Amino acid sequence: MSTDTTRSAQTASIQTSASTGTSIPPAVHLHHLSKSFGSLKAVDDLDLSIRPGEVVAFLGPNGAGKTTTIDMLLGLSRPDEGTVEIFGQPPRRAVSRGLVSSVMQTGGLLDDLTVRETVEYTSAVFASSLDVDLVLERAGISGIADSMVKKCSGGQKQRLRFAMALLPDPALIVLDEPTTGMDVTGRRDFWHEMRADALHGKTILFATHYLEEADEFADRVVLVANGQIVADGPSHEIRAMAAAKTVSATLPRIDAASPTEADAENRLLDHLGGLAGVESVDVQGRRLKMRTTDSDTAAKTLFDSACTDLEITSHSLEDAFISLTSNNSPSDQLTSKGA
Amino acid sequence: MSTHPTANPTASPTAAPAENPGTTSASSTRFLDTLDQRRPPKLGGFSMTLLRLELMRKLRNRRTLIFTMIMPAVFYLIFGVTNKGQTLGDTDAALYISVSLATYGAMVATTTGGAQVAVERALGWSRQLALTPLHPAAYILTKVLVSMVLGAVSVIVVFVLAAFTGVHAPLGTLLAAGALVVLTSSVFAAFGVMLGYLLPAENAIQVSSMVLGILSLIGGLFVPLEIWPKTLQTIAHFTPAYGAGEIARAPLGGGYDQWAVVNIIVWLAIFVAGSAWALRRDTARV
Repeated sequence: MSTDTTRSAQTASIQTSASTGTSIPPAVHLHHLSKSFGSLKAVDDLDLSIRPGEVVAFLGPNGAGKTTTIDMLLGLSRPDEGTVEIFGQPPRRAVSRGLVSSVMQTGGLLDDLTVRETVEYTSAVFASSLDVDLVLERAGISGIADSMVKKCSGGQKQRLRFAMALLPDPALIVLDEPTTGMDVTGRRDFWHEMRADALHGKTILFATHYLEEADEFADRVVLVANGQIVADGPSHEIRAMAAAKTVSATLPRIDAASPTEADAENRLLDHLGGLAGVESVDVQGRRLKMRTTDSDTAAKTLFDSACTDLEITSHSLEDAFISLTSNNSPSDQLTSKGA
Repeated sequence: MSTHPTANPTASPTAAPAENPGTTSASSTRFLDTLDQRRPPKLGGFSMTLLRLELMRKLRNRRTLIFTMIMPAVFYLIFGVTNKGQTLGDTDAALYISVSLATYGAMVATTTGGAQVAVERALGWSRQLALTPLHPAAYILTKVLVSMVLGAVSVIVVFVLAAFTGVHAPLGTLLAAGALVVLTSSVFAAFGVMLGYLLPAENAIQVSSMVLGILSLIGGLFVPLEIWPKTLQTIAHFTPAYGAGEIARAPLGGGYDQWAVVNIIVWLAIFVAGSAWALRRDTARV
């Protein structure tokens, strides 16, 4: 697939530029960022650093604090605590110099202007901006340049917002759930065209609650829940989390009164817990359930231990996502596990 | 949608992977070089393009045109023409009324123009603009100037109508009165902006039209002040509509109240300060 080659090529070039030792400030640097609304802690002591050229998905359920973080990142709201830097500059300064631009989820357009006029309007407020026609072409809306915004479809409006974001030739583009409301095909088309040429060499941060989208289009996935980062790693690591399977079996019947038999069972459970790749072991009644990345070894051990009714089930990415975002105890952090 | 850009230097997507490492590092060095060259726009992003596009939006809006041009014209035909030949004080009544109604037209144009910021805030356009270098002051100035241009159009409509219905006045007098109407209308633009930042979109325009109607009625733009009871007359002297009307009618030669100048300056200061305060309050939740 062409996107995969694109991605690896980009990652490679990032590494080379890093090894040459030029001191490029991080594209995004969030330091101990916190923001509350009343008693609700929307963003809770969040730290994040993004290198220039990275394509990062900011993945989390609704209400995870993605938009609040992005608002602070763009200087639209002030953090209660912590600092934001974009290429080493405070956000408003970066915005006024066209270093960063953003594609919003909805709204933000005037119905009584044409597509071209909207782009002209935005172009006029930047000190320097790309040619209006070029931007219309890159966003794939040259054909509807003279249509009124009112008459545009949701997808066309999104391309228009994207065109506006391209105008200052920003080094960082932030997209807040850019494909909300699109179907799977629409989402695919959007990303393929966006990545095809317009976004080459740019740092991209996009918020999404679609797991496949994060997996497919980002180099790095940052998982957020309850205003905190619960996992942060290359997308293949996030994908690997779904490689874990659940192995369940019924334990052999034992005489509860016999200490030796109870002891043997405890030893079995300890042994299972110590196997490579095992994430958890859980016993309810006589039914044992364990999560492991090496289901073969687990199954063999259980079978050898006279367990019955063996069952192996695989997980979707969605399961991994839910287990990570619903339980954000430190032990679940991907970063700590990867280390 | 598969219209692939032809003018794009990075060529077609199929060729992209091979070229990628080169283009990426090239653009990141270019970025490093240009980091210091990047500048914020002059005048906070204020430009003629913005004025042109905003004016175009106004002229496309049928409701705006009805309220700022047709209403004052209709009022003139009802109240002005019927009083032709009579005098109000030392001034020709129809002329007096035409200037008053031009003042009213400009007031409506500028107030609703200013209050438009509420609608744009609700649409998320203000948020969109907050992601550009456009300074809020430049944005508001654009709105105010465009509203004043529309106010000027409503003055021209009323004066042309007056000329056609046989009300004659020296051109210099009309120009002076017209210029004063447009100048004083800035007070109402500031009033509109303040309301626009204080009220939700669905109320801002309605509330402002209602307030203007009452102010104009009391302030002597629709009927002479003298018909009101004493107390109301005293109150009327403190309304911005009275100040604007008195100043606009000064070139007609019937004498004017010098306090009207103080009135207008004080109101302008209040509304500008109020707008600044409302704007600051609003930016906490763009």
